[in-house]
Amino acid sequence: MLAARAGAGQGRAVASSADPLIRLRNVTKAYGSGATQFQALKGVDLDIQAGDFVAVMGPSGSGKSTTMNILGCLDVPTAGEFLFKGVHIERLDRDQRALLRRKYLGFVFQGFNLLARTSALENVELPLLYRGDEKKARRALAMGALEKVGLDQWWDHTPGELSGGQQQRVAIARAIVTQPDVLLADEPTGNLDSERSVEIMELLTDLNRASNITVLMVTHEPDMAAFARTVVHFKDGLVERIERGHQQGVVPEMR
Amino acid sequence: MGGTILLLALRSIARHKLRSFLTILGIIIGVGAVVTMVTLGKATTAAVQSQISALGTNILQIRPGQGFGRGGGGPRPPDFKPADVTAIANQVAGVTAVAPQAQATATAIYEGANWSTTVNGTTDASFTVQPWPLVAGRRWTPAEEQAGKAVCIIGNTVRQNLFRGGQAVGQRFRIGPISCDIIGVLSTRGQAGFGGDQDDVVAMPIKAVQRRFTGNRDVRLMLVGVDQAYSTAAVQASIQDLLRERRNITQGKDDDFFIFDTKQISDTLTGTTTLLTRIVAAVAAISLVVGGIGIMNIMLVSVTERTREIGIRLAIGAVAREVLMQFLVEAVALSCLGGLIGLVIAQLVILAITPLMQVPFLFDPQINVIAFATSAIIGVVFGYFPARRAASLNPIDALRHE
Repeated sequence: MLAARAGAGQGRAVASSADPLIRLRNVTKAYGSGATQFQALKGVDLDIQAGDFVAVMGPSGSGKSTTMNILGCLDVPTAGEFLFKGVHIERLDRDQRALLRRKYLGFVFQGFNLLARTSALENVELPLLYRGDEKKARRALAMGALEKVGLDQWWDHTPGELSGGQQQRVAIARAIVTQPDVLLADEPTGNLDSERSVEIMELLTDLNRASNITVLMVTHEPDMAAFARTVVHFKDGLVERIERGHQQGVVPEMR
Repeated sequence: MGGTILLLALRSIARHKLRSFLTILGIIIGVGAVVTMVTLGKATTAAVQSQISALGTNILQIRPGQGFGRGGGGPRPPDFKPADVTAIANQVAGVTAVAPQAQATATAIYEGANWSTTVNGTTDASFTVQPWPLVAGRRWTPAEEQAGKAVCIIGNTVRQNLFRGGQAVGQRFRIGPISCDIIGVLSTRGQAGFGGDQDDVVAMPIKAVQRRFTGNRDVRLMLVGVDQAYSTAAVQASIQDLLRERRNITQGKDDDFFIFDTKQISDTLTGTTTLLTRIVAAVAAISLVVGGIGIMNIMLVSVTERTREIGIRLAIGAVAREVLMQFLVEAVALSCLGGLIGLVIAQLVILAITPLMQVPFLFDPQINVIAFATSAIIGVVFGYFPARRAASLNPIDALRHE
């Protein structure tokens, strides 16, 4: 629905199969104005193909989070083009972007960001509520998503009753319950010990392969980036280099 | 869509029970106070009206003096004369009957029992002007009235004190200087609105009282029945003119008698209680507004506290309107809940208080509906601002909020 609406005014057809799922062209982002203006992105070009597993790396202030916010349709570029499935996202308004997130994107955060005092099932159901699914369909899809992350036995537990790793699994279930095209993960293992981190990364890898979900992940841990197929390095508001066809399991080299 | 939003709001309320309760406490008290006050006010008005209407409508009472009190000092104005009674009955249009009264106090004695009571000399008209049926016996005949025979009709209090449960009609008892045959017993009237037991009375023909008790032919009080077709105010004015003339009151001087209209008193008292009800209700309404501000405060705090939650909702695809509606519906649901609890508490309080106030319990649908609607409107008005604030949050900032 949104793609049709957003695409209608653009006179441009849906992207052909050769086009990347995501295309950034000369994207800049400035915060503030005048003397205190800060240029977070200085002209980023980036193509991401459907089905890829991308790790975004770089020191803090390099622009990786800003880029993720733009890719997640949570923020808009100051200038430049952002095409998602051939649609100019920078031309969409706030609510159109929200509907796009609802339909095509799933989010996993460092701090899990589950609703407190709310059962795992209800947390996972939340996106379906906004989508307007019936109760029965909601239950079934949410339980299915919990099963995928191996927590269907824990459906009635609240975040307070779950470990960090389990909470992040619930968050992943919430992100994939709508069967999105893209899963955006912002340092998903940042709050977890290494053992749990590996479990989460294996889960993401599995989802990427089995469900063909494009995964975009911000991380500063090379061990985690090792799970990705493409590693994008950011520096000073620009893409420094891209390791394409990165062999999964190999720790990317840091410069 | 609407069902989803309502579900989200109700879940959120259920998840924060204590906070929800504290939020709506102001509304509970406000609605409870308004409904209680207005209902009790109406019940009081109804009670006053029923007491006044027990005195009879379309009746004028005429007394010497300038009010119920003695007033001022100086010599007491003279009582009325029998000729005044006849004059009013015959010369004023719209008068159906005039019942004169002459009063004395005396001790009634029957066998061992004695009881101090009021002797009320009157005519048969008094039983019809101000309807007062008998429960036993008969009224006196015109012949007995004319002759001033010692026949008595006693009030229930007197009957109880002299005869206990026994038969009173047909007995002869002693009252003051005379012996009197009891021919009837009056029905119970109860306490008068202004205190005093209306049933503590012995009625007999006025001539008997004048001859044997007061020793003169004066009339202390007149009850005038007014024809329904006439305005009591007009009849009152005519009587006033007539009495001024008969009592030789020169122009510019005040009346030395006063006429009061039971309907007028009823209207005045009703007006007073209605006004008081409104004032108290207005004060209670202020607490309702304060309750609304309480809701706004808590909702604003809640928006701040739940910033991250709002960020999550926005990130997973809630549009601004959905977040706004969620908070608005939450505020309205809370205030409506408060309103409902307030209504229930009000009914309980009314149920508990009405017997103490000796007024009838009554359920007034109108004020309940108004108070409930007001609580809903308060939810909308005071919930809108916090809701708009929540909806306008930037999802990135909201997610970062600690």
